[in-house]
Amino acid sequence: MDELMIEAHGLTKRYGDFTAVDGLDLAVRRGEIYGLLGPNGSGKTTTILMLLGLTEPTAGSVRVVGFDPVRQPLSVKSRAGYMPDEVGFYDELTAAENLAYIARLNGIPQAEADRRIDAALARVGLSEVADKRVGTFSRGMRQRLGVADVLIKQPQLIIMDEPTQGLDPEGAREFLEIIRGLSHEGITILLSSHLLYQVQATCDRVGLFHRGRKVLEGSVSELARQVLGGAYRVSVQARGPAEAIETALRKVPGAVTVTRRGEDRFELQATDDLRAEAAEAVVKAGGRLLSLAVEVPSLDDIYTRYFQEVGHAGSN
Amino acid sequence: MPGATELNRVAPRRREGSPWVGLWAVVAKEMADHLTSVRMYILEALIVLTAVGTVYGAMQNLQESVGQDPFLLLRLFTVGRDPLPAFVGFLGFLVPLIAIALAFDSINGEFNRRTMSRVLAQPIYRDALLLGKFLGGLFTLALVLTAIWLLIIGLGLVGMGVPPSGEEVSRSLLFLIATIFYGGIWLAVGMVFSVVFRQPASAALAAIALWLFSIVFWGVLASLIARTVLPIEYGSAEEIIAQAELELALSRISPNTLYTEVMLALLQPTLRSVGLVLPIQLQGALLGSPLPVDQSLLIIWPQLTGLIAATIVLFAVAYVLFQRQEIRA
Repeated sequence: MDELMIEAHGLTKRYGDFTAVDGLDLAVRRGEIYGLLGPNGSGKTTTILMLLGLTEPTAGSVRVVGFDPVRQPLSVKSRAGYMPDEVGFYDELTAAENLAYIARLNGIPQAEADRRIDAALARVGLSEVADKRVGTFSRGMRQRLGVADVLIKQPQLIIMDEPTQGLDPEGAREFLEIIRGLSHEGITILLSSHLLYQVQATCDRVGLFHRGRKVLEGSVSELARQVLGGAYRVSVQARGPAEAIETALRKVPGAVTVTRRGEDRFELQATDDLRAEAAEAVVKAGGRLLSLAVEVPSLDDIYTRYFQEVGHAGSN
Repeated sequence: MPGATELNRVAPRRREGSPWVGLWAVVAKEMADHLTSVRMYILEALIVLTAVGTVYGAMQNLQESVGQDPFLLLRLFTVGRDPLPAFVGFLGFLVPLIAIALAFDSINGEFNRRTMSRVLAQPIYRDALLLGKFLGGLFTLALVLTAIWLLIIGLGLVGMGVPPSGEEVSRSLLFLIATIFYGGIWLAVGMVFSVVFRQPASAALAAIALWLFSIVFWGVLASLIARTVLPIEYGSAEEIIAQAELELALSRISPNTLYTEVMLALLQPTLRSVGLVLPIQLQGALLGSPLPVDQSLLIIWPQLTGLIAATIVLFAVAYVLFQRQEIRA
């Protein structure tokens, strides 16, 4: 299980004076869904292109599915599927014909290719439009055809660049469902995105990119602890002596910050789920507890907070 | 797979595998695309119309001389009838037009459709994609030209009822091959521009501009340069010859000149030289008597190799430019 599907050390790409990717270390384990996160221009796509041998790294070493993409690009590309940002197809060909071309480029024999094409189209729910020209397809259908396209070579690793960009919420949900399904089949998935909610719901681990560097890495709750200090946010609604309640909440062990959100509302940031302790504190302080809720922070909060801090640090 | 992974720990120093993996898949796809495209239908219709029109005209002209002319078949290509010029005259500009139309969006079209990164993410090298596209275009061109060639020979057989001699068939076959390579040059030109320009319209315009320059302006420019570099001061024969030779050499930079010379030597068996001929060189020559095909071939051998070399050089330029191009749009 601990076999590394992607292994990069000090990976760097410079375009003239501009450093697109700066000393990246990356390790993605077999079977994982790994998310590359970051604003546009933070080096996500460049990293992906280097992983596939489509761009040569300026420095550093990289191994994908056990091969060096610079020297052994064919071995890498026959085992790793790539779905580019805004995947394009030959509009004048049908869905099946587009996939047949890819199968031929992969050197798959005709009979086997036909079988795989049927299976891949069925997998993404496009069997009925197999013989329709791709020019008539909607964005969501193209995106799903992109997945079918990647599946033709039966990859061990799939790399997707902004796969859900431009999809409507329903389309994105269906799409992420497909991704999770592939992961269950044992395929390792690396996806880049700036749509945080989706990444959070799908990825096992994420790496946060900023100006060509990977600044944070871990599961969403680990990141929350690192960036926000507290991974849990407990909302308390209580009537009574507000000052006393606030002081009591601050004294709860494990509480990081307490914020007044209104007349009778308090927000407690904590490293753990402190609902029981908070309830006890409110009651002891003479308050009447009206409601209590815990919220796991979203990647959105982490992201916003992180870049706020980076912004402050930069302006100081 | 851990075993396999371990085995591959030491990467070879050379790039693995053949650069031509997937070449024939690309060629087949390109040919299928070309042969079913509307663009190609239009060009095919145009060239068939030209062939039928000019050959019909030629046959009307030749009707009187049937039986006297030993190269009747070749005359079908070279004889015109007012107001139409001969078929070869049309070919001189139809072939570049078809070649440019086949190539001007070959590379930038893939970028614009956003299919480039998807195709290059397959286990093939860029080499295979570029050469596949070039060969796909060249084979398409060869297919169309061969079909036209057969059509003309067929029309000649039916219309005049005289079977062609072996000599005529071999001459016209060589002419066909030369025409295909002439197309190859313009195919490579179109390809270079399709790598350089991201907009297919710019690429098409640039290629057509270059073509117009080579057929219309280069001749004028060549004579201008020759007159400036080697002006005739004393009016001696040496001076005049030197100037004329420079002009000829310059004009041969244009593939159009090379092709015209090849065409003339192959289709007019009586032609002795494509360059300057001094009376002294013609001593003992039986003027007006035809040369055998290998002798005609000898005359235009430099032109023929020049056509092929130009095709290869232009393709190499496209290749180098394409290899250096960034894949991200």
